[in-house]
Formats: sequence, C-alpha cells, structure tokens
Amino acid sequence: MADFSLFSRRFDVKRVPGFASVALGVFVMLYMPVILLVVYSFNKGTNLAFWEGFSLRWYVQAYHNEAVQEAAFRSLYLALIAATLATTAATMAALATTRTKKFRGQMLIYTLINQPLMVPEIVTAVALLIFFAMIKVATGHTGMIYLIVAHTAFCIPFAYLPIRARLESMDLTLETAAADLYASPWMTFRRVTLPLMWPGIVAGLMLAFVVSLDDVVITEFVKSAGQETLPTFMLGQLRRVVTPEVNAISTVLMAVSVIFVAMFFVLTGRKN
Amino acid sequence: MIEIRNITKVFGAGEHAVTALQEINVNIAENEFFTLLGPSGCGKTTLLRLIAGFEHPSTGSMLLAGEDISLLPPNKRPVNTVFQNYALFPHMTVAGNIAFGLEMLGRPKAEVAETVDRMLRLVRMEELKNRQTSEISGGQQQRVALARALAPQPKVLLLDEPLSALDLKLRKEMQIELKRLQSETGITFVFVTHDQEEALTMSDRIAVMNAGRIHQIGSPRQIYDHPENRFVANFIGDSNFLNAKLGNIKDDQAELEFAAGRKVTVPLHRADLSDGEVSVLIRPEHVSIAEPTGNSHELTGVIENIVYFGTDTHYHLKLASGEAFMARLQNNPSEAEKRAAGDKVAVLMDAKAIQILRD
Repeated sequence: MADFSLFSRRFDVKRVPGFASVALGVFVMLYMPVILLVVYSFNKGTNLAFWEGFSLRWYVQAYHNEAVQEAAFRSLYLALIAATLATTAATMAALATTRTKKFRGQMLIYTLINQPLMVPEIVTAVALLIFFAMIKVATGHTGMIYLIVAHTAFCIPFAYLPIRARLESMDLTLETAAADLYASPWMTFRRVTLPLMWPGIVAGLMLAFVVSLDDVVITEFVKSAGQETLPTFMLGQLRRVVTPEVNAISTVLMAVSVIFVAMFFVLTGRKN
Repeated sequence: MIEIRNITKVFGAGEHAVTALQEINVNIAENEFFTLLGPSGCGKTTLLRLIAGFEHPSTGSMLLAGEDISLLPPNKRPVNTVFQNYALFPHMTVAGNIAFGLEMLGRPKAEVAETVDRMLRLVRMEELKNRQTSEISGGQQQRVALARALAPQPKVLLLDEPLSALDLKLRKEMQIELKRLQSETGITFVFVTHDQEEALTMSDRIAVMNAGRIHQIGSPRQIYDHPENRFVANFIGDSNFLNAKLGNIKDDQAELEFAAGRKVTVPLHRADLSDGEVSVLIRPEHVSIAEPTGNSHELTGVIENIVYFGTDTHYHLKLASGEAFMARLQNNPSEAEKRAAGDKVAVLMDAKAIQILRD
C-alpha cells in the first residue's frame, strides 16, 4: 500500500482559514430556500411561512386541479417530443462533427449548434415571438408546433454536448476494426458505434428533457392562449393567490428533474 | 500471395503534400512470415494500412492471390488486422469479439460457435470465453485480438506492432506464440515492427524501410550479414563504418585499401561495384584484437575505452586514420583484463567480415 499522507500535507484547500464558513454559507444559500419550499409543501395551513402541521392536502389539491393536470400533461408531452427531436438532430450533428475528416468551418458549425447557450434566452424568446407572430398571422395556425420547434431548437446543444463528448472519447480504431472484420459501414454503425454511443444519447435525451420541462422564458413568449406548461402555469399562479399548492407542484417538478439529472450523471460518469 | 507493384502514397495535396511511400515493390509469398522493419515514420504502418484497405494507393496496384484489390474497401478484403492497441470491442465478451468477423460474413450459427471454440483453444483462452474484454490482462487481450483476426481465416494476417505494449517477458513468450500460430494456421503474416531483434528472430523475410522507401528485402541472415547500404547496416545490429578505396575488380573479388592503411583482397557479393572510394561495414563481433606486429599492412589503433558487459567486452578504438572503431570480444576466463586504455593494438579480421556498402 502506498502512503499518500506526505502529499496531502503539502496543500489542502480544506485547511485555508474561513473555508468551512464560506462553504457552509454557500450551501445554506443554495439549499435553504429549496428545503423550506419542500417543507412547506407539506404544511397543513394555507400560510407559506407559518407551520401548522403535516398534511398532503396541497398535493391532493394539485392532483385534482384540472388546470395543473392539463399543464403537467402539456409539459411532459412537449418535453418528450422536443427532447426526442433534439436528441435525434444532436446525434446526427455529433456524428457529422466527429466521424468525418476535418473540414473548413468546423468551428463555425460547433458555434452555430451551441448558439442557444450563448444568446441570452430573453433575446431568443423575443426573436421567436416576433418571428412566430408573423407566421401565425400569415397561416392562422396557433397549435403546439411553435412550442415544439422552439423547445427542440434550444434543447439541441444540451443533447449535443454529452453525445459529442461520448463520441470523442471513443477509440476510432474500433470502427476501423469492425470494417476490417467484414462489417459494412451500416453494420459498423449498428454493431459498434451505436451501442458504444448509446449512454451518450440517453444522457443527452435526459438533459434535453429536463431543460425543456423547466423552461419558462421562451415558453412564456412563444405559447398561444391556453397553452400553459407547468412552469408558466406556476408563474401565472404567483401573480394571483399564493398557496402551498405551488410548493407541492414545485416539489414534484424538482423531484422529476433531480431523477433525470442524476441518471444523466450516472450515464456520463460510467467508465467502460 | 501479395504483389505490391510500384505503389506510391501521398497524403494531402499541393504545398502540404507529404509522400509517405515511394515506388514500393514487394512480393510476399504464401505462408510467409514477412516483416516490415523501420524507424517510426518510415511508412511501414502506412503500407500495412494500404494492404488492409484503410488507405488507398495514390499510384500503383496491389494484387492478392492474383486479384487486384487496390481499391476494395477493408470489409471486402480477405485480410484481417491485429491492431497495436488491440481495438477489442468493449461492449462484447471475449467470445463475442471472436465471433464478430464470422457473423459479418454471414456464417451459420453452429459454425460460428464451433470456430470460436477452436480459436479459443488455439490461443489457450478457453476458460475466459464469457469474460468482458475489460476484465482480462493485456497479454490476454492480445490473444483475443489474435483469435478475432484469425477466426475468419483470412488469406493474410496483418500485425501492427502488436507486441509493443507488452512487458519484456510477455513479449518473448508472444514471439514464440506468434511463430507457432503462423505455422499451425498456415496463414501469411505481415508483421510491422521497429524492433530489429524481434524482426530477426521471427521473420522469414524482412523489408527494411526508411523515409517511405524499402532499402532492402531479404532473409534475416542476408540483411544482417550483407546489408546493402549504411542505413540498413546501422539500423540492424552494431556497425563500424570505414572509408576505403576499391580497385582491381576481378570476377568476384577485388582489392580494398583502408584509409587506415591496410590492404586486403575481399570477396564481392554484388556486381554493381566499380573502382573508387567506398564505405565498408565491419561488425564489431567479427573481429579480434592482438599485439601489433609492426607490419605496415596492419589495421592498428589505440584503445580509448573499455566497457565490460558480462558476456562480452566492448573495446572502443581510435584507428591510425582517426576513425572510430568498436570491437566486441567474448569474455573468457583465461584472458581477463589483459588490456587497458591507451594500449596500441592491431585489429584482426577475416576478409569475409568486410562488407562493401553502396553508399
């Protein structure tokens, strides 16, 4: 057994004076509000700041609230379609940017794909509002298609990054070896490339799903009347009466996000 | 089995063009253990990739069993490769890896299973059949890579420095193992290495390459004893190069006068020599040293340094002409420490030990 105690004594950030209090402060700032939100979602009374005892009444109320049901269903349906479309596009983009010879403008392609990460969301939202308004006027159509297109577009980089990372960490000789062993390009993709990049695809899908599920700004600007998603519904609620029902919905939404993000980390962190 | 005719390979175009291979002509016989030997960047791996079909020649053609394969993609060539890093499929078991090529060829299930078992026996890996490739050692991965490449019974097996990642002991074992596999399967092996010892011990024939060209093709003995030029002589084994003047060429012998003074009649191995200045090669182990007798035709020098190696001793001399010379003498108990640095000695050698080089 090697003894690493000598090395650890050289420099350890944990020993810097004040480290513990700063770290504690940051964690309190980050998690205290969330913990309070979750705790008060189980409050018996209607007060958001005064504990009256444990109850699931707000969960039950939210569950039976038809507006919540409708918004939740719309959110899931939108996130599922947008994430699937975005992941499909991202997979193809990732293959094209890692499995071809270097070409001119490759950096430009990366930048273009990742545009939604750089342009402020509110700018995209306003731009989409104006752009879709023109189309809505011209066609008279106001369906979900606008939200699906918008969500797909901003989900693409979130799906693209883990898939590309996965492909870049994959040994290219594996595909050469498959070709050497009589696999056609299609069989090489099906039997070697796809199974190996699969964790990246699933991770990308989950990240895209969560990002779509949580989105407020773009959705708020793009949606037509009556197309509330869960986050925009909650925003609307806050403008009126605030009850712990919002806490309950938030808690469920957070739980779903945490599950997906945790799965994302499990998938991307796993070594071969 | 493989005929390589006038192959040139250029990467890139215009100003950035790099010539990786120039005018390569090789015939590799059936059931031969053929080695491409050279320093890194000499083009040996490019030539291997051309045979595998991962690259296509810029000019020239390649025939396999009489059929032109120059432009066939790798999956259409009856040629398999053992990669330097093995390139085992990490999402498949040992058996899954070995079966892959056979499945791609559309062989029936029963035949695939039977061949996989036979291959596992051949490389002595039966008990690891259902392991994941990440769970086995480097040496075992090497065997799986071999079994996977041999399973479809290719006409030619290409090996790209397959032993370079193994430690010395395992490498020696695998050298013997490879020779055994080659004779048991009867498949033509084309082996790429930069290790001259590996090349000498394993090959039927060696092609020595440098800077995109083949300098010499021959059996290990031919390459070592009769290198054609300074590069080949230098790359394989230790060498002394001396300047000399060639004259009086008659049939298969000639007179050679060393810059260091000595005159000698030497046998000629080549017909393309003419009178004039030449470079000659003398292997350090082909000479002995003795007390000078004062004869003017002797090759004499002063010992500058003595290095003891256990089995033998290296004597670094400075000849009368100023040229450096190394003599390697086997140690024997009766002659212990007879000489010291500063001693004047004569270099003795058989005329057959002198090789005249082309450059």
